[in-house]
Amino acid sequence: MVRTRVMPALLLDGQGLVKTTRFKSPIYVGDASNTCRIYNQMEVDELILFDIRSSSQKLPIQFDLIKQIVSECFMPICYGGGVKTLEDFRTLFYLGVEKVSVSSLLFENPNVVKEAIKIYGAQSIVSTIDIKTSRFRKIQQVYLHNGKKPIKKKLIDIICLLNDIGVGEIIVNNIDREGSWSGFDCELIRFFAENTDVPVVALGGAGSKEDIKKAVDEGHASAVALGSMAVFQSKGMGVLVKFPKLKELKTLLEKK
Amino acid sequence: MISIIDCHMGNIGSIVNIIKHIGFEAKIITNADEVLDAEKLILPGVGHWDNGIEKIHSSGLKSAILSAVNEKNIPLLGICLGMQLLFKTSEEGDKEALNLIPGRIKKFDFSSLPKEINQGKHRLRIPHMGWNDVYPCHSNDPILSSLDEEMSFYFVHSFHAADVPEEYQLLKCHYGYDFICAVNKKNVWGFQFHPEKSHKFGMQLLKNFVEKV
Repeated sequence: MVRTRVMPALLLDGQGLVKTTRFKSPIYVGDASNTCRIYNQMEVDELILFDIRSSSQKLPIQFDLIKQIVSECFMPICYGGGVKTLEDFRTLFYLGVEKVSVSSLLFENPNVVKEAIKIYGAQSIVSTIDIKTSRFRKIQQVYLHNGKKPIKKKLIDIICLLNDIGVGEIIVNNIDREGSWSGFDCELIRFFAENTDVPVVALGGAGSKEDIKKAVDEGHASAVALGSMAVFQSKGMGVLVKFPKLKELKTLLEKK
Repeated sequence: MISIIDCHMGNIGSIVNIIKHIGFEAKIITNADEVLDAEKLILPGVGHWDNGIEKIHSSGLKSAILSAVNEKNIPLLGICLGMQLLFKTSEEGDKEALNLIPGRIKKFDFSSLPKEINQGKHRLRIPHMGWNDVYPCHSNDPILSSLDEEMSFYFVHSFHAADVPEEYQLLKCHYGYDFICAVNKKNVWGFQFHPEKSHKFGMQLLKNFVEKV
């Protein structure tokens, strides 16, 4: 049976990696390619890389850095951040990136995403959906550009849009939980999982192995992404690149 | 020297990287002459069936691949869509591919499964994406030498091989039901999974392709 993927989700900031809390207060974690090399040695299932400057400050995609990381990692890599054109998709896949993640492009130029799906297949195109509770309306909303620009649409309509565009995977990130160690928003993840046929990846809030299990059992996530848990010793403690062992995860997530 | 056929269908870079990492030379090739001069060929591919076929047609590669394999006996390894293109037809598209291996490509279909094994957290999603265990169909195949009994590989696909004659079945995998995830007929191999993205298992398998076949 296919095993539940558990993967680090890393934030690129220039050549380095950072970890944020609710998309704010970045803490430097280490050099990006060195850190990725460590995850490769640990044989993690997959790796997610988001360039937070390429997406929010519209800086160019760091193709050279991505090329270097990909050349030393022999697991699938998903890259997101600043992807705008078909040429961007082409270059990333050519470098050896397995999946390209898009967020704002889904809303600003969905036809490019559809075209990329036609060429590279749905399985290669991932949508990352960042969600937080709006301060005024007190409802969960999708935000673009690192949590700055709200999309005033119902979540169910957003899921329909993703299904219609035909993305192959959906990463559901709860900004309110990001970096909080307080557990995933299983209700939110499940809402996505129940309304789409493609795999849903839980992101935002992992603090323990039990949280991983809950995302699968209660949230029906197909895969689980870890941010803080992969780069800090524990909440409020120093940087430590680490990851749960495959055996532990297998026992934890054994399907009954 | 391993020649990797570039049809502009995706993840060429990762295959070059892993071949180099395991200590061999690899080059990317794009035209028919290079295909015919190759020592060993890898046909990678990601994406849509019809797009894949268009790519191997438009560059004149199709006939070169066929004569390289059939007349010059050059070993060929197809990966992911590259494996599917070794067959003739697919439910994904209308065009005909290389027809080197008997069988066909069909979409995962769980409609005949009992409901309880395909709902809630057990819901079988398409694409089949992630690490899955594979099992040899026969014993003592040289391409599988030195691989653990418990081997798993990274899969990403919505379509799979079906109706493959038993003698050409190499590895099987289970997702809702058993399906053939690797094939071999004479000097042609095909892997549905991504060895270049499967850590030590993939390295060993590719090492075997370079050294043992």
